Amino acid sequence: MFKIVKREVYSQGTVIMNQIEAPKIARKAKPGQFVIIKADEEGERIPLTMADLDMEKGTIDIIYQVVGTSTAKFRDMKVGDAYQDIIGPLGQPTHLEKLGKVVCVGGGTGIAVLHPITRGLKEVGNHVIGIIGARSKDILIMEEKMRLASTELHICTDDGSYGHHGFVTEVLKEVLEKEDIKLVVAIGPVPMMKFLTILTKEYDTPTMVSLNPIMVDGTGMCGCCRVSVGGETKFVCVDGPEFDAHKVDFEELMLRLQAYVPQEKESYDAYECGGACRTAQ
Amino acid sequence: MAGKAKKAKIDRQPMPEQDPKVRARNFEEVPHGYTPETAMTEASRCLQCKKPGCVAGCPVNVDIPGFIKLIEQGDFQGAIRNLWAKNSLPAVCGRVCPQEEQCEGVCIVGKKGNPVAIGNLERFAADYERENGTGELPPQQESTGKKVAVVGAGPSGLTVAGDLIAKGHDVTVFEAFHKAGGVLIYGIPEFRLPKDIVASEVGFMEKQGVKFECNAVVGSIVSLDELFEEGYDAIYIGVGAGLPRFLNIPGENYIGVFSANEYLTRSNLMKAYLFPKYDTPIPIGKNVVVFGAGNVAMDSARTAMRLGADKVRIVYRRSRDEMPARAEELHHAEEEGIEFYLLTNPTRLIGDEKGFLTGMECLKMELGEPDESGRRRPIPIKGSEFQLECDLAVVAVGSGSNPLLTRATPDMDLNQWGYIVTDPKTGKTTKKGVWAGGDIVTGAATVILAMGAGRIAADSIQDYLTLGW
Ligand SMILES: Cc1cc2nc3c(=O)[nH]c(=O)nc-3n(C[C@H](O)[C@H](O)[C@H](O)COP(=O)(O)OP(=O)(O)OC[C@H]3O[C@@H](n4cnc5c(N)ncnc54)[C@H](O)[C@@H]3O)c2cc1C
Ligand SMILES: Cc1cc2nc3c(=O)[nH]c(=O)nc-3n(C[C@H](O)[C@H](O)[C@H](O)COP(=O)(O)OP(=O)(O)OC[C@H]3O[C@@H](n4cnc5c(N)ncnc54)[C@H](O)[C@@H]3O)c2cc1C
Ligand code: SF4
Ligand code: FES
Repeated sequence: MFKIVKREVYSQGTVIMNQIEAPKIARKAKPGQFVIIKADEEGERIPLTMADLDMEKGTIDIIYQVVGTSTAKFRDMKVGDAYQDIIGPLGQPTHLEKLGKVVCVGGGTGIAVLHPITRGLKEVGNHVIGIIGARSKDILIMEEKMRLASTELHICTDDGSYGHHGFVTEVLKEVLEKEDIKLVVAIGPVPMMKFLTILTKEYDTPTMVSLNPIMVDGTGMCGCCRVSVGGETKFVCVDGPEFDAHKVDFEELMLRLQAYVPQEKESYDAYECGGACRTAQ
Repeated sequence: MAGKAKKAKIDRQPMPEQDPKVRARNFEEVPHGYTPETAMTEASRCLQCKKPGCVAGCPVNVDIPGFIKLIEQGDFQGAIRNLWAKNSLPAVCGRVCPQEEQCEGVCIVGKKGNPVAIGNLERFAADYERENGTGELPPQQESTGKKVAVVGAGPSGLTVAGDLIAKGHDVTVFEAFHKAGGVLIYGIPEFRLPKDIVASEVGFMEKQGVKFECNAVVGSIVSLDELFEEGYDAIYIGVGAGLPRFLNIPGENYIGVFSANEYLTRSNLMKAYLFPKYDTPIPIGKNVVVFGAGNVAMDSARTAMRLGADKVRIVYRRSRDEMPARAEELHHAEEEGIEFYLLTNPTRLIGDEKGFLTGMECLKMELGEPDESGRRRPIPIKGSEFQLECDLAVVAVGSGSNPLLTRATPDMDLNQWGYIVTDPKTGKTTKKGVWAGGDIVTGAATVILAMGAGRIAADSIQDYLTLGW
């Protein structure tokens, strides 16, 4: 069992941080790696990135957006409650290398995934320009942590309530115009990553994205997480989650993420009606 | 006691089973098992051969006439103890071993009629013990203070754990999944091997002192060298052949195309057949195709039928004679209404603009000369393309070696396919203090072969811990 020792709520309750006791995983995990996590006996195994970790305390942090049954279950867990299963660290760690000037772009909960990578890139000596965005100011997460992790930070909101009024791609375009950027790391909703990739292709700037397909085992044994990269099938859980953005088939990824929409809705409705209709099934 | 000639006249006792029409829509176990009376009658059919072919045909040389004799005499406790001496998972093997190719295939009674139902009797003895036994533990030697790590909780790893705990060693099993059992828990469906039985076998080992650490992906959370640093004296690797093989034809990433590993893991391990009580979803295909014709393909097809399919077709590029599935599985699948499209090879999968599978294109085949495997090679017939509608496809054409652990262990030799190289007489790998066996050495095989390899390695580990490498 993996106990929750700290819990924070962001974005008006739609994004939640859990700090969890998992000493063995904390000892091994590196930026860019994720865990598979399952709340209880009936739970689904879902992938979440480790947003932070504390080797001494033996804890890992996860930050998730509440989008369906599993994340709603997690939302309802309190400090002292425990997850039944956490498996990790999984996936390839981010390749951290001193390149010069790099840009880290994050959207929505993607910022949580981006944060340890941003910090890692700065630690190895890069000048890191952070660009983070959200629909509006009150749902923007991790501004302070990202400010510390990057050399300079830009903020965008779709509604103009904070920072640049508009999309992260607009700020990125300005940066690409002015500076010699060696690498762009982009993590966020698939459409954001897709549009950003179109932009960096124009500038011929190497770009890395972290992909988030549906997974089951997370160890390369099922193939559920397959994506097409440069015309080849890759398993995101073992070959990724980071890939050369210019080669990723985002259309296919977007479609595959829709595989279970009716079932997800059925499951979520059953959960949210308080468990009564669940047992009535 | 009756004479031999008279004995053989008793017909093989049929296994009582759920009606095919009913069971095709539920997940309960298909055969009900023998009663003590039928078991004793069946046991009386055994001729107690002096040179029993069945024992030679059994990969772990179970004393078959011995345990059958005890059943005939009504000594069920004695029978299970006799079985345990060679086979630590008889409740499993009685259900899933390909007996027709092993013990029953060479049983002398089978020369003129139906062979003795060895598998059914093995299953009976194990079930009787589980349901009525005293729960008495096998004898255990005094603690040696030696620590053994077993990687992978499949039948191979479980055998090693069971053998070495009895020898007094301190055994910990590291398992990547959240539940122990390997293919027995994630692959083979409930209707063929109830998960309670696997859980009870694992529970039995825990009672004997074996420690299970689930959620531990060795190679990721801990390396083999780190296990040695933590004080383990020997390591056994039984991580199975957990890499799905796809067909590598266009359209394989459409929604609705699954590897058998994913499809079966969702249904069995994650209990998606109980969705939404369990959170993991599985799509209900109406028109299902399954590629391949082994046990894995039969399990996938029969699962799809039980989930509510209208039509389930096995699509296989060779002919009936080449199908690798156990005879019983084929028979059960046919009874349940699974259709067979033989000598048919898929060439392309077709989908709609939303990315969902809608159909497939296939090519008719004919059989040519035998290939390396000794089976006649299927050759495509020119211009025989045709299309089939389908909304769910399961690819069950075999599996390969999963490189997660082996990549993290560069100082251990692998063969050209990525399987671990071992000495077949001992199970030793090229890395000191490390043994391996089961599917990660042989490629996808059978439960009993994985257990046999575990037994050999356990004996060798015992020698190492007492005598040296
Ligand atoms: C390597 C990896 C790392 C991830 N890290 C994080 C993270 O740090 N924080 C976070 O909030 N999320 C992360 N995700 C996404 C997260 O796994 C999904 O949001 C989660 O599985 C949803 O589960 P659910 O049961 O709550 O919702 P579901 O009911 O399963 O899904 C609800 C909605 O979310 C979409 N969805 C389902 N699965 C995914 C998925 N894997 N990715 C994106 N959308 C999905 C569905 O299309 C559906 O519209 C990560 C995914 C991967 C593969
Ligand atoms: C659907 C299906 C049906 C089958 N039907 C039959 C049948 O009817 N009769 C028969 O005899 N055989 C059958 N087989 C084959 C048989 O199940 C296998 O040959 C047998 O299970 C192999 O045993 P194993 O112990 O080598 O590996 P597995 O049973 O595969 O167990 C390996 C275990 O190791 C774990 N693991 C993997 N990597 C790691 C890691 N890095 N760290 C920790 N743990 C790890 C896995 O999660 C798994 O639990 C079937 C197989 C399948 C898939
Ligand atoms: S070969 Fe058949 S008859 Fe002879 S001992 Fe074995 S089970 Fe009995
Ligand atoms: S999640 Fe199963 S292979 Fe990646």
